[in-house]
Amino acid sequence: MGSKEKILNNIARANANGKPLPELKKNQEGEAKYAGEFVAVLEKIGGKGVEVKDWAALSQYVLQNFSASGRILSTIPELPWFTPQLSDDPHAFENVDLAILKGHFGVAENGAVWITDKLMGDRSIPFISQYLALVINKHDVVPTLQEAYERIGYDPYDYGTFIAGPSKTADIEQSLVLGAHGPKGMIVFLMTGD
Amino acid sequence: MGTSQNTGDHAQRSSVFNQDEQRVNWHDKTLWFIREKRDKAAWQIPEWEMLREQASQIKENVLGNLHDYLVQFEQRVLENGVHVHWAATPEEHNAIVYDIIRKKDVRQIVKSKSMLTEECHLNEYLEAHGVDVVDTDLGERIVQLANEPPSHIVLPCIHWKKEEIGELFHQHLGTPAGNSDPQFLTAAARAHLRQRFMTSRIAITGVNFAVAETGEIVVCTNEGNADLGVQLADVHIACMGIEKIIPQRKHLGIFLRLLARSATGQPITTYSSHFKKPRAGQEMHIVLVDNGRSERLKSEDFRNALKCIRCGACMNTCPVYRRSGGHSYHYAIAGPIGSILAPGLDMKKYADLPFASTLCGSCSNVCPVKIDIHDQLYKWRQVLVKNGHVNAGKSLGMKGMATILSNPGIFKWSGALGRTLMKYLPFLINNKFNPWYKHRDMPQPPAQSFNTWYRQNKKQDGK
Repeated sequence: MGSKEKILNNIARANANGKPLPELKKNQEGEAKYAGEFVAVLEKIGGKGVEVKDWAALSQYVLQNFSASGRILSTIPELPWFTPQLSDDPHAFENVDLAILKGHFGVAENGAVWITDKLMGDRSIPFISQYLALVINKHDVVPTLQEAYERIGYDPYDYGTFIAGPSKTADIEQSLVLGAHGPKGMIVFLMTGD
Repeated sequence: MGTSQNTGDHAQRSSVFNQDEQRVNWHDKTLWFIREKRDKAAWQIPEWEMLREQASQIKENVLGNLHDYLVQFEQRVLENGVHVHWAATPEEHNAIVYDIIRKKDVRQIVKSKSMLTEECHLNEYLEAHGVDVVDTDLGERIVQLANEPPSHIVLPCIHWKKEEIGELFHQHLGTPAGNSDPQFLTAAARAHLRQRFMTSRIAITGVNFAVAETGEIVVCTNEGNADLGVQLADVHIACMGIEKIIPQRKHLGIFLRLLARSATGQPITTYSSHFKKPRAGQEMHIVLVDNGRSERLKSEDFRNALKCIRCGACMNTCPVYRRSGGHSYHYAIAGPIGSILAPGLDMKKYADLPFASTLCGSCSNVCPVKIDIHDQLYKWRQVLVKNGHVNAGKSLGMKGMATILSNPGIFKWSGALGRTLMKYLPFLINNKFNPWYKHRDMPQPPAQSFNTWYRQNKKQDGK
């Protein structure tokens, strides 16, 4: 523990004057069109927003847009006709073409969806599958990240992430390429029904 | 990359970069384009300036209470079932990381982007101990294959052209010669790195923010490489500088609104992942590194540099960085922020960096946590001169100027001499031994001094 004491003592000796933490303020005007803004931003960053009225409509969209021969995995109880998570080994999902998971809510200003480990099944699934679909209720969209953290509060998740669109890179001459290491495409289904 | 920027001070290395004018213009434009994207993103947020102010205040609170926040953070981390290590020096950090790897008998690991591990030269250390490290960020992988350090903290291979990357991939990954399509090259890298993700049992990540209140760490990537590495590995090692602490989870709402917009103009990175507890059966370690930070905390003038959240906005806007390239700074963190961080670690080695600036102040204006970067550059210059770390030419020139300006007799005489020389013997001034002339034309000398002109005109006016 030598280094720990050394570092902490040195910091204490620095006696840097601390300032009190600021009150966090927001000056957002109240807007009711968060879902619309969410989809607009999501599409700008390479994702896709699709409104569906129920689970049947969602499934129909999936079957129309993804090959039935591909491996479609879902951890959502309302979608029992897709493959459930059958393994505890994260490497087992390498050949998943599309993973469909529930998210908690969306953030209008940046097109991100908040999802925690409880909804993921295995934590590798949102990253290893070739395409990702997240499902949120259309009313579950907050305006900014600050409201997002108010909503998260003290939720005792073990692992959680904001996902905003498909995996991407612009490392080669600033050319945007979707599908760097993770999903090459990302859909957010906004449920309009109950 | 044909030319080497491996030796000399900032000016010498910049002159190597400046040999290819078209490349410099391309580099300059690319970075300015990113700066403009940053502006557009910032202007869309009406409360942008308030966010900057709040982020700055939160970071100042952290620096004033770092001892207590670190103690609280460690306690929460341990409660979460995560291991904590403290490293006073880069050597200690590297030894801690290697020890974890050695105990698992692992020879091959994946690592996502971490400027701290660059600062500590972890890759070189591990490779010397027989561990194969694969950087999984595409840009970092490119410079790693080329055996170079990153030239930018957010855009590691911003100095590489796609044709050069095509050639590099042809040599190392076996892609067809002459193919330089970014889409194709990225797909090739994806396939190559997917193999490494699938077989690596240990993943190292950096840390963007560490929350004292909860003991969770947040890692931001666009590629998903940090998450993919960690979720497929048995052991996650997260390496962080002690200044990455923020007090509460809700403060992430401020910093994550600022970070990506300042860095690349994106509203948020694709992934902002909050790691609190490892999954069942997985092991997680956090390594807290000091390396001069607690020393820096003692300095009223330079403490604020520790507020940095590593967005790179100061580099993209800097007229010197854009035209000299990241490698001219010969430190893991280039640009204006690197130029005020590096001399704190080694004043002699990095004495040139605070002079690699026009002091235009653009860096301070875009900084999302309001670090007074250009003021600190100016203050560093004074510290460096006082401590004798400035080369004889520069300090002699300054001393000579001081003598002339404080003595009216010498001032008049030297002015007359200068005008005569520039008029009749211009080659004495317009030559390569005068560093001022290098990229400038000397002005036409005036016919007379202001003093003479004033006396004549006073007479003519009859006053």
